Amino acid sequence: MTRSRWFRWLGPLLGLAFVVLLFGFLSGDPLRFVAARNLRIVAAQTVIVSVGAVGMTLIIVSGGIDLSVGASIALTSVVTAVSLLQGWAPLTAALAGIAIGGVIGLVNGMVVTRLKVVPFIATLGMMGAARGAAKWIASEQTVNPPATWLNRLAVSVPDPPWLLVAPGVWLAVGLALLFALILGSSVFGRRVYTLGSNEAAARACGIPVERLKLMIYTVGGFCFGLAGVLQMSRLRQGDPTVAQGTELDVIAAVVIGGASLNGGEGGIGGSMVGALIMAFLRNGCQQMGWPNYIQEIIIGITIVAAVALDRWRASRPAL
Amino acid sequence: MAPSPPRLGLHGISKRYGATEALTRVSLELRPGSIHALIGENGAGKSTLLNIIGGVTSSDSGRMSLDGMIYSPNNPLDARNAGIAFIHQELSLCPHLTVAENIVMGREPARRGWIDQREVTRVAMVVLANFPRAGLLPDQRVSDLPIAARQIVEICRAIAARARILLMDEPTSSLERRDVERLFAVVRRLRADGLSVVYISHMLEEVREVCDRFTVLRDGAVVGEGELASVGNDILIGKMVGRRLDPASSETTPPVSGDPILVVNDLVAPGVRHASFELRPGEVFGIAGLVGAGRTELIRALYGLAPVRSGEVRLRGLRVPSSVRSPAARVHDGVGFVSEDRKGEGLALPLSVADNITLTRLSATSRLGWISRRRQLDAARRWMNDCGVRASSATQRVGTLSGGNQQKVAVARLFHQDADIFLLDDPTRGIDIGSKETVYGMIRRAARTGKAVLVVSSFLPELFTLCDRLAVMHRGRLSAARPISDWTPELVLEECVAASGSPLGEAVQ
Repeated sequence: MTRSRWFRWLGPLLGLAFVVLLFGFLSGDPLRFVAARNLRIVAAQTVIVSVGAVGMTLIIVSGGIDLSVGASIALTSVVTAVSLLQGWAPLTAALAGIAIGGVIGLVNGMVVTRLKVVPFIATLGMMGAARGAAKWIASEQTVNPPATWLNRLAVSVPDPPWLLVAPGVWLAVGLALLFALILGSSVFGRRVYTLGSNEAAARACGIPVERLKLMIYTVGGFCFGLAGVLQMSRLRQGDPTVAQGTELDVIAAVVIGGASLNGGEGGIGGSMVGALIMAFLRNGCQQMGWPNYIQEIIIGITIVAAVALDRWRASRPAL
Repeated sequence: MAPSPPRLGLHGISKRYGATEALTRVSLELRPGSIHALIGENGAGKSTLLNIIGGVTSSDSGRMSLDGMIYSPNNPLDARNAGIAFIHQELSLCPHLTVAENIVMGREPARRGWIDQREVTRVAMVVLANFPRAGLLPDQRVSDLPIAARQIVEICRAIAARARILLMDEPTSSLERRDVERLFAVVRRLRADGLSVVYISHMLEEVREVCDRFTVLRDGAVVGEGELASVGNDILIGKMVGRRLDPASSETTPPVSGDPILVVNDLVAPGVRHASFELRPGEVFGIAGLVGAGRTELIRALYGLAPVRSGEVRLRGLRVPSSVRSPAARVHDGVGFVSEDRKGEGLALPLSVADNITLTRLSATSRLGWISRRRQLDAARRWMNDCGVRASSATQRVGTLSGGNQQKVAVARLFHQDADIFLLDDPTRGIDIGSKETVYGMIRRAARTGKAVLVVSSFLPELFTLCDRLAVMHRGRLSAARPISDWTPELVLEECVAASGSPLGEAVQ
C-alpha cells in the first residue's frame, strides 16, 4: 500500500470539514448542526449513495463506469417488495434483491467483455432495460409489502436506541471497511488498480482481464442490489420510479473522493467522504431552508470544483 | 555425439503483412546461457521476430522449439508461462502503482487471496538490489520515476518472474551510459545462471560489450550469423546495409542557394540536447538516426508540439518566440507536418479522404465558415490525382485505405495546405515499395517547386536517393550537416550506432 494512496482522501476530508463548518456557522447554531440528532439524519440519508459508491469505486478504479445504478436500485427494491408480498421471509427477500443486483452486474460485465461494448453504452442500455423491468414487475405501481424488520434498516432514529445510528448505516460502514481492505490488500483489489492503470500491461502480465472485469461488474451489482434493499426499507415500499439519477450522485461521490474516471486512482475512504460531503451539502441547504434548485446548483458546482482542485493538485510537481 | 537441444530454436519462420514479406524463412538457435544479438537496419524484421517469439503475433509458417519441445504460443501469456519475458520498447508498467507492485504484477505473492505485503517488498528489494545505484525504493510510485528508472523496473519484473529467456528490444535506448553498464552487469550475471537473452540493439558497441553470438537480418532474411568476436564492425555494417545502395544517384541535384527559410540555433528541447541547422527553399534536408535518437522530438519541437527549452528558431528571418507553442501558429506560418504516427495523430481515420486532405486549410474550400462540399471534393480529387492516391472516391473513409495510400493522403494534405516548409517524420514508414516511390516523387516535386523539406527517416537508401544534405542524430545531438556526396551509408550507420569517437570530417577525407 502506497503512502500516497492512503493520503489521497485527506483532500476530500478537508473538504468535508469545510462543508460542515460552513453550514454550522451559516445556520447560526453550529452545535445543532453537528448534534447527534442531525448527524443521524445525515447518516440515514446518505446510506444508499454510500453503499452504491462502494461498488462504483471498484468499477471506476478499474477504468469502467456503471450508469445503471439508479435503475438497479429501483428494480431490486421492487423485487424485494414483491418477494415480501409473496410471503417470503424478510432475509430471503432481501437476498433475492441483492442477487438480482448481482445478475444485472454480471450481464453488464458480459456485454462489456463478450460483446466488446464500451461500459458507458453497455450500462446505459441496462439503465433503460432494468428500469423497464422494474415497472413491468411492479405493474407500473408502487408495491406495498407488509411491515417487517427490513423497514427499520435505514430509519433516522434506530430501534433499539443503543445502536446510535440505523442498522443500515452500520451495514454501510461494515461494507466500506470490508471493501477498503479488499481493494487495499487483496490480489483482486490490486488487480483492479492494475487494470485501471494500464490494461495492456495487465494483459501482458498474464492477468485474466476479461474474467476480472466480469467479477468487478458483478460485485458492483451486488452493492447496488443492497442499496436497492435499503431504498425499499427507507420508503417502506418498492417503487419502480425511485432513484432516478442516483447513478450520478454515486459517481459524483466517488469522483469527489479522488477517483479518476480514467481508472487507476481512487479508494473507498475517499468515496465515503465524497458521499458524506454530498449528504452534508443537501442537509445543510435543507436546514437553511434554501429551495431545491439552490441545492442542485451548489452540488453541481461542488463536483466540478472538487475535480478541478484535484487536477490542479496533481499537475504540481511532487513535494 | 548429439548436441543438447538449443534453449530456443526457430526453423523457417515466415511472416507476411499484406504485400510485404516481413520475415522470410528465418532460422535461429539460441543456446542456454547465451546472449544473442539480433541486428539489422530499422524495418529488417527484428521486432516482428521478437513478437513471434513472445506470442504477440504468430508466424505464417515455420516452427519453434523450446528446450527440444515444440513451442507455439497463442498469446503473451503462453510465452510468459513458458518462461519467456518480453521487455518492450514501449513500457508496460502501471503508472499509478508502486515499483514493488509493478515488479510482482500478475504473480502477486499472496495467502488465500490476500497480498503478502512483506513478501512483495522482499521480492522487490531482492531484485532491486541488482541496481543499487538506481536508488529505487519499493514503495515509489512509478509515475514519479524518470524513464530510465522505469526501464529498470520493467527489467526487474522479468528477473522476478525467473524467466529462462529474456527478449530485449532496444532496452538501452532511453538509458544513461552508467545505467547501461549496470544493466549489462545484471545481464551477465543472469547469463551465468543459465539465462538466455535475445538482444536487439542498434548500438554495435553495446552489442559487443554484452552479446556473444549474433544474427543479422536484412529485409526479413538472415544474411549472417556467428560469433561476435570473430567479425569486425565493418563486416557487420556491410551485412546490414547490403549491396543495394547506389550513391551515384544523388549527383544530379544542383546545389541550393538563397536565404534559409528556417534557421535553428543551439536548440534544446525534450529529447533533444543540441541541434543547429539551416533549411533553404528547394532543398531536401535529411536527418538520419536511430529510433529514440531524438529525431522525432526535434521535429515536434519545431512544429510547436513540444516546448523549446532554449536556443533559437527563425522562420524567414524572424525569431519564433519559444513561448509560442502552438501547431496552429506554425500552420499559419506555412509549416506543414506529417507525423510518424499515422493512425494516432497523422490522420483522422474515420473521416473521408477529402476531409483529411483539406483539414489544415478548410478556408480554401469554404465561404463564410460554411464548407462547400463541391469545392472540397474538387480540391481533394485534384490532389488525389496528383499524388496517386488510390481510393474508390474522395468520400471514402481514410481508415479503409492501405497504409501506402493513407500516407499519400497525409502528404497530399501539405500540398493543399500550401505549406512552404514540409516537416516529414518517417514519411514512408511501413508502406510498400510502390507507394514509397510515389511519396519520393511527391517530396522531389515539393523541392522542385521551391518548398523546403526536412525529412527524418530510418531507412538509409531513401535518405540517399532523396536528400541534398544530411545530418545524423545520435543520442539527442544533431551532427553537422553535409552534402549527401560527402556521406556513404557506412559512414551514416557508424555515426548512428557507434558512440561517435572520431569526428566525421577526418573520416571523410
